[in-house]
Amino acid sequence: MDFISILSIFVLACFVGYYVVWSVTPALHTPLMSVTNAISSVIVVGALIAAAAAGSASSKWLGLLAVALASVNIFGGFAVTARMLAMYKKKERPAPQGEKTHA
Amino acid sequence: MPEAAHAQPAWVLIAYLISGVCFILALRGLSSPESSRRGNRLGMIGMLIAVVTTLVTHAPGQWTGAWGPGPRIMNVLIPDWNTIGLIFGAILVGGGIGLITARKIQMTAMPQLVAAFHSLVGMAAVLVGVAAFLNPEAFGIAVRITPIYGPSVINIFPVSRIEMGLGVAIGAITFSGSVIAFLKLNGNMSGKPILLPLRHVINLSTLVAILGLIAYFTQDQAPWVFFTIAGLSFAIGFLLIIPIGGADMPVVISMLNSYSGWAAAAMGFTLHNSAMIITGALVGSSGAILSYIMCRAMNRSFISVIAGGFGAVSSGSDAAAIDRPYKRGSAEDAAFLMSQADQVIIVPGYGMAVSQAQHALREMADILKKEGVRVKYAIHPVAGRMPGHMNVLLAEANVPYDEVFELEDINSEFAQTDVAFVIGANDVTNPAAKTDKSSPIYGMPVLDVEKARTVLFVKRSMGGVGYAGVDNELFYRDNTMMLLADAKKMVEEIVKSLG
Repeated sequence: MDFISILSIFVLACFVGYYVVWSVTPALHTPLMSVTNAISSVIVVGALIAAAAAGSASSKWLGLLAVALASVNIFGGFAVTARMLAMYKKKERPAPQGEKTHA
Repeated sequence: MPEAAHAQPAWVLIAYLISGVCFILALRGLSSPESSRRGNRLGMIGMLIAVVTTLVTHAPGQWTGAWGPGPRIMNVLIPDWNTIGLIFGAILVGGGIGLITARKIQMTAMPQLVAAFHSLVGMAAVLVGVAAFLNPEAFGIAVRITPIYGPSVINIFPVSRIEMGLGVAIGAITFSGSVIAFLKLNGNMSGKPILLPLRHVINLSTLVAILGLIAYFTQDQAPWVFFTIAGLSFAIGFLLIIPIGGADMPVVISMLNSYSGWAAAAMGFTLHNSAMIITGALVGSSGAILSYIMCRAMNRSFISVIAGGFGAVSSGSDAAAIDRPYKRGSAEDAAFLMSQADQVIIVPGYGMAVSQAQHALREMADILKKEGVRVKYAIHPVAGRMPGHMNVLLAEANVPYDEVFELEDINSEFAQTDVAFVIGANDVTNPAAKTDKSSPIYGMPVLDVEKARTVLFVKRSMGGVGYAGVDNELFYRDNTMMLLADAKKMVEEIVKSLG
């Protein structure tokens, strides 16, 4: 891919991000932060390339360390998001609706 | 040729694209709680696709010729099991730590956790950047020039140098900034802003120096240039966050969220990886929008938040010194007032998180609902220490999310409400924001609690003022009753009197 195609992907993705994030309900802003945290750890891709490559020992160890750090984030980020999202529940019983006559 | 160096098979490009789309759908899912859980799973799938694709295309080992079926020579990978073991070891160790932390963390500590996670993304970006600098050929961002005489030279492409420089700089700022944010949120460091003399001059010149060095890096790929960029960026991340006070943390944490995205995007440019670029752009815009929402909710410009120093006014200088009469109530009074009400609106703030009152609060609301009282919750966007902080705590206490309302949806209802129950919130209810032009919070959208027939204000003592350092004239109104106690204890006593 040449620089211009990559730049196009980036610019378009910024627009997608803009519209998608505005559609997120404010009640879920904390899970939004933790899930964006988890997905930004896709930087693990770079870490894996460094860790797998031959040629430079220091580069490899830095890569491995980065893999470990990003993994904390990936597993931790998705797990804590899942934990939070599981807590969001609707009203379990629609019965009291009768008393709630709106003025 | 840069293009040739980045030649990747089509399936690889498509796999990364799919993973990027999964991430978009993961965020899209958050538009409602029902779809959010599926969205989160899609996010995990996207990550799995990205990781597996990378592991397959960059499998550690050596390609050698071997006899294939028929009289042909095939390329066969002789795997480097040692490295494969190390990689899986790193994933297991990191993943284990992440999973245990995610399971054990208290919901009230979520802002700290998010700050800590941001710092890890930042550090990972720096490490990847350094690794790419040390071994550019592995990343396909350099060309080896072998002159007829003399040793061969590895030349990193100029575009890649800018991308790497930016990636490392943003990563380093994210790291050190998040560490400071973590220390402040976790209480290891005072939430009070620390103001250095000449800080604006120092910050600006450091920033200019970083940008200058990145420009110079395209001409000279010497290690000192690269590592000075990294070092200065660590310093500026630190300097940028120390002057910002506790109440501005929602903006800071969103801003760092945004930075971690831009760091990932910059590394994605270096690696020509669409999954990283899409993700970086998503996370970057997400953090930027959240910062914007937080700033708007405080009626402050982004620049003034970043410049810092808000809340530095010594608390209670003149405000608390004036002895104004106020009404003090007991738990029994509060219980009586609320049980007689048609509608009660609960306004939670950071104080509820500090005293962990959310479970007791829900118990109180349950009893009231049984007695036929309508109970709603009103959330100000900057209540707490991060966007959506209060919503998570209420969800943890099993408060149904359809009883929880945002400021603009519920503000008109206070006038028809019998009791507004303010617990641990202060500045976000201060009517001075609407009337007093000299107030530092003037213009900030606030919850109109004073329009309710009675305001019950749970507060630890009369002495302390809010983070903005301003007195709340709501305390002294005729229709306000102060309930002075620890939030959780007070709610528990109210529950007892109701029972």
